[in-house]
Amino acid sequence: MSGVRTPLWATERLRHVAAQAALIGLIALLCGAAGFNLVHNLEARSIRIGFDYLGQEAGFDISESLLAYDPANSYGRAFLVGLLNTLFVSGIGIVAASVLGLMIGVARLSPNWLLARLAGLYVESVRNVPLILQLLLWYGLITEILPAADQALKFGGIFLSQRGLHLPWPEPHAGWSAALLGLALAPAAMLLWQWAAARRGSVAPIWPRLACCALLPVLGWAAFGAPSEFSHPVLGGFDFEGGKSVSPEFAALLFGLTIYTAAFIAEIVRGGILAVPKGQTEAAEALGLSRAQRLRLVILPQALRVMMPPLTSQYLNLIKNSSLAVAIGYPDLVSISNTTLNQTGQAIEAITLMMAVYLLMSLAISCLMNWHNRRIRLIER
Amino acid sequence: MLKREWIAGAALWLIVAVEPAWAGTTLDAIRQRGALVCGVHTGLAGFSAPDKAGKYAGIDVDYCKALAAAILGSADKVRYVPLTAQQRFTALQSGEVDLLSRNTTWNSKRDAAMGAVFPAVWFFDGQAFVINGRKNPKVAKLADLNKAAVCVESGTTTERNMADYARANKLNFKPVVFEGQEATEKAFQSGRCDAYTTDASGIAAMLSALPNRGDFTVLPELISKEPMGPMLRRNDADFFAVARWTIYALQQAEESGVTQANVAEMKKSNSPVVQRLTGVSGEIGKELGLDADWAVRAIRAVGNYGEIWERNIKPLGLARGNNALWNKGGLIYPMPLE
Repeated sequence: MSGVRTPLWATERLRHVAAQAALIGLIALLCGAAGFNLVHNLEARSIRIGFDYLGQEAGFDISESLLAYDPANSYGRAFLVGLLNTLFVSGIGIVAASVLGLMIGVARLSPNWLLARLAGLYVESVRNVPLILQLLLWYGLITEILPAADQALKFGGIFLSQRGLHLPWPEPHAGWSAALLGLALAPAAMLLWQWAAARRGSVAPIWPRLACCALLPVLGWAAFGAPSEFSHPVLGGFDFEGGKSVSPEFAALLFGLTIYTAAFIAEIVRGGILAVPKGQTEAAEALGLSRAQRLRLVILPQALRVMMPPLTSQYLNLIKNSSLAVAIGYPDLVSISNTTLNQTGQAIEAITLMMAVYLLMSLAISCLMNWHNRRIRLIER
Repeated sequence: MLKREWIAGAALWLIVAVEPAWAGTTLDAIRQRGALVCGVHTGLAGFSAPDKAGKYAGIDVDYCKALAAAILGSADKVRYVPLTAQQRFTALQSGEVDLLSRNTTWNSKRDAAMGAVFPAVWFFDGQAFVINGRKNPKVAKLADLNKAAVCVESGTTTERNMADYARANKLNFKPVVFEGQEATEKAFQSGRCDAYTTDASGIAAMLSALPNRGDFTVLPELISKEPMGPMLRRNDADFFAVARWTIYALQQAEESGVTQANVAEMKKSNSPVVQRLTGVSGEIGKELGLDADWAVRAIRAVGNYGEIWERNIKPLGLARGNNALWNKGGLIYPMPLE
């Protein structure tokens, strides 16, 4: 032992810990003060606070819902209906925007001059117009230009009018449920096959795998009586009844979100592809791969690594942008929260709940994408 | 959207700001700033809408003017804050406006849970349905609208009234809910919905501006009671009294035949009620914390209740109905001035 021992309170480690503890304490203090203030201010204004209202009867109706819902249900259930509507349109939007974005992005790099310019035009024009205007445009097109329900455009059994798109739809039957289950299991089966092949040290061929998985839903359908009953849309007093309807609000929101987000995704795809060294393309060419094979087997898997982080933020944007639905009458989370807020007057609670749910959704997507990103990252040796 | 951010901002204000108790301070604040801050509708003909000169006009605006004249001495000392149905309550709760004069329905929820008070009813209304009679000639009553799509504005009591009515009468309406009155009306006019529902006065206001108003039919049923009035924060009894008695003064003026034109002469009237109203006798002004001429100024600024009606609501083609004086078959019943 030499010299003076540094006293415990003066060690660098302790000082770091103390500084951080002080910061956390300060933040906690601020939050506490804000909370205290809030309760005090609300009480001073005789405004009732708390989340009890979620259990009360909502009393308003919702035009489209994935759950069984009627006005006698609670505000909590109405909130859930809104949340599912948001997730539904966002989920389909993410898939559609990814596919469209991939096509446009690849097209922009196409050696075909016209195709590349058209893709460029799409990206530049769509990206630079505010989404809310695009949504209003789509909604306006659907409701103003399409004919009234009694003069609907007819394509086979499908009708298109300003009341939306009306499709024949299978009558509920165990066979259809089994088919749906098969469809859900198919990707799992595909992955299982791939994994089993990888364990044997071989690669499972893609086409037989895809074909086999397509068979799963068909098998399920056939095994449970192969139902063929369809409910067809029929013009009733005001609108089509029966079959399945896609509302103009949903369609406009989905179009708007997909087309807008696809423009950004296209740029991400283009950037990702350009980031793959040219040598890779040349090597693939030397192996005699076709352009499509080069893209699918060599370029895209590598481009995907670069694309993943910006793609995540586009997905998050799409979910958040879906809240613009209120402008065109789609009953999403925000629309229903707004109605709740106005009926109950619980502004702080309704907005807090909305923010928390958007935050949770975003964090969940973020986590998933980060996990995926880690998995596909190049492992450097 | 901007609106939501605005609400969130006002909510944040509630979280952060430290406020002393409010009692008795609204009047002082109004006098100090020299202006009454009135939350009004963004544009509803007859109630509050910008006129040709770009100035707000309507029955709700006239109430703000009368109140400003009573408190501050001039009907021009009003700052109008146009608010959507969504924004209005937060604007009132956070202190952004002194009061709402924005065709707001008086109901128990707003009284009991939202920290609000309604001094009196300023306009009796009811929720009605309008259809395009040319497109749907067979619809004559509400029951004929079963399974119809109905456009409705979010943030009002109408959504719930409609669901209540449908449940009680075993009907099925498909609501299509929009934020903002213009978007709702536009969707109805485009044919997206078979019907549009809002207060009867709102329908009259919309139709008054349409070139093809003859195509539309208002269905006979009124499905709700909509007593509209100014809405104040609960904890200021002094301001509440002034807000309430300004309404009754204007209504009493109609009952007693005091008009914008004759209010000066009426000071010489030997009717005790008119003398108290015009401040010749009694102490009403002083008791309210104002001066003796408060009601005279209010009447001179906007006329009596009947005159306000004639100027703003009659052009919409609405009959006085419930909004006639109590002794003329209506519900307008000014409490006695003592």
